[in-house]
Amino acid sequence: MRKLIFGLFIAFLPALGLAAGSTVHLDDFEADHTDKASLQRGATLFTNYCMGCHSMKYARYKRVADDLGIPPELYEENLIFTDAKIGELMKNAMSAEMAADWFGAPPPDLTLETRLRGEDWVYSYLRGFYKDESRPLGVNNVVFPAVGMPHVMVGQQGLCAVKPNIGVEASVEPLSGNINNADVCPEYAIEGSMTGAEFDQAMYDLTNFMSYMGDPVKLERERLGIFVLIFVAIFFVFAYLLNREYWKDVH
Amino acid sequence: MNKFIDWVDQRLPIVEAWNKHLGKYYAPKNFNVWYFFGSLAMLVLVNQLVTGIWLTMSYNPSAEGAFASVEYIMRDVQWGWLLRYLHSTGASAFFIVVYLHMFRGLMYGSYQKPRELIWIFGMLIYLVLMAEAFMGYLLPWGQMSYWGAQVIVNLFGAIPVIGEDLSLWIRGDYLISGITLNRFFALHVVALPIVLLGLVVLHILALHEVGSNNPDGIDIKKNKDENGIPKDGIPFHPYYTVHDLLGVGVFFFIFFIVVFFFPEMGGLFLEKPNFQPANPLQTPAHIAPVWYFTPFYAMLRAVTVDLFGLPAKFWGVVVMGGAIAILFVLPWLDRSPVRSMRYKGWLSKIALAIFAVSFVVLGYLGLVPATAGRTTVAQILTVFYFLYFILMPFYTRMEKTKPVPERVTG
Repeated sequence: MRKLIFGLFIAFLPALGLAAGSTVHLDDFEADHTDKASLQRGATLFTNYCMGCHSMKYARYKRVADDLGIPPELYEENLIFTDAKIGELMKNAMSAEMAADWFGAPPPDLTLETRLRGEDWVYSYLRGFYKDESRPLGVNNVVFPAVGMPHVMVGQQGLCAVKPNIGVEASVEPLSGNINNADVCPEYAIEGSMTGAEFDQAMYDLTNFMSYMGDPVKLERERLGIFVLIFVAIFFVFAYLLNREYWKDVH
Repeated sequence: MNKFIDWVDQRLPIVEAWNKHLGKYYAPKNFNVWYFFGSLAMLVLVNQLVTGIWLTMSYNPSAEGAFASVEYIMRDVQWGWLLRYLHSTGASAFFIVVYLHMFRGLMYGSYQKPRELIWIFGMLIYLVLMAEAFMGYLLPWGQMSYWGAQVIVNLFGAIPVIGEDLSLWIRGDYLISGITLNRFFALHVVALPIVLLGLVVLHILALHEVGSNNPDGIDIKKNKDENGIPKDGIPFHPYYTVHDLLGVGVFFFIFFIVVFFFPEMGGLFLEKPNFQPANPLQTPAHIAPVWYFTPFYAMLRAVTVDLFGLPAKFWGVVVMGGAIAILFVLPWLDRSPVRSMRYKGWLSKIALAIFAVSFVVLGYLGLVPATAGRTTVAQILTVFYFLYFILMPFYTRMEKTKPVPERVTG
């Protein structure tokens, strides 16, 4: 009997392995829309490194400036690279045809990317590039295999020589005190200007900003929600008392 | 004020109407928690109508502009995000309260004589509600909107001979396009709401003609006092109006938790692929309808055999349609001498329990990608679903029922 169970277990092992392999483990991401400094840094990164190709065409510059506490003049001067006015939608100058010519497909609009794919996915994707000579651009991504996008932040992160350890927690070795996986990339082919931790922080800020862009009303919504629930709770108390008063007559 | 009411009353019987439907409408005094969902369905209907009207003011029903106009509502329209989340959460809430309302009917035999018409009007409401939800779901013009509509409309193509032309006629095009979006918009905001409101009026008029059922399934009109008032009845207003306020309070508390804190409900109420504009050239890897359709979707997928020279897809559509159609004849399937589950025998109780579990599990199976194992489970549960109805004339007559009390209990 025991042999049979063991045999069955062995027989199912490949299936287990397959199940584990089909989903990429992602790093956890906890957005914080109250951290204005992080959102501002994220906005700067997005404008400088992403917006050349990716639009955020459902949002307006003015709203971002207001929500992030950036003075409109300062925003217009430093964070609008096209000739758009601050009240306009955050489009970019690249036409879809040109983009399709260069990359095979036009780079998608990213306003709602965190809501489409999830924040964990975006955070992991941004840190998931590695060197792969078989690809036309020389890079690949562990989260998005055969990605058509170049590693834009190679100057900051450097280029990882092997697949980065996405979805692996950092741990301390008890005997030696060495920290494992502190850096997603164990070995670099090209060194970047940032350390692993600095790059993680930068990508946190960028993802945080994209999370804010996907759901800009989140803070306000949750703040209001508390008051609405308090109101409903008080309403319930009065409804309860009213109901009790009337139903005294019913036997 | 009284003079004004008299003036109107001589020209329009408002006092009579008030008394008939509220002031002197005698409802059984033993309603339990299951009896909140009828009034809650009305509340959600009002929510959908009001938020829907305001959404229409800023929505653009064209393939080019629909997706962007929804984001415009979410970002640029004052309180637009609230209107939209109230509407999208309301859609799911509508089905939750309607499913619970229907289950109440099954439990206490509310469909039995003399309430057959109430049940049929209710079923028609449910049918129109499904059409309303399906067409409304296309309007944001996201990927899942588009492909969900594509899959469902293609189902009509499975009907022999006329199928292809029928689905072409529904779409108005060879694939879901801006033309389809425009007609779905017209149906969603004008035609179906009118039908829905008419059916709700009929549902309530028919109810007030014969009177409400109750958890004991007793006819309270059999026991009247010297004034002709049912001894176990109480006027709907004020007793049940204040009572329903309690239900409203609890419902709103849960509803607003979702609206303000979990509007996507983990992808159940707003599906993730819908944050991407519709793309007719790119089919999503996994197409799942919204949760309230998934029990029927699971039944559709459960049919995998071609029969009598017709494809499995056709039989799937037949099974799916049959699953809804069979509910209409429920009043004539139940042969039990008693109404309420409280006094029916154990066969009925077990049958209802199996039916409810089957429906919920089918709902789950319709949500996840199909595997061979899951399809087998869905097939078994589909059979259970139908057996509940098909065997009902037999088990309700066979079983030993408990004696029904003269007067309502607690």
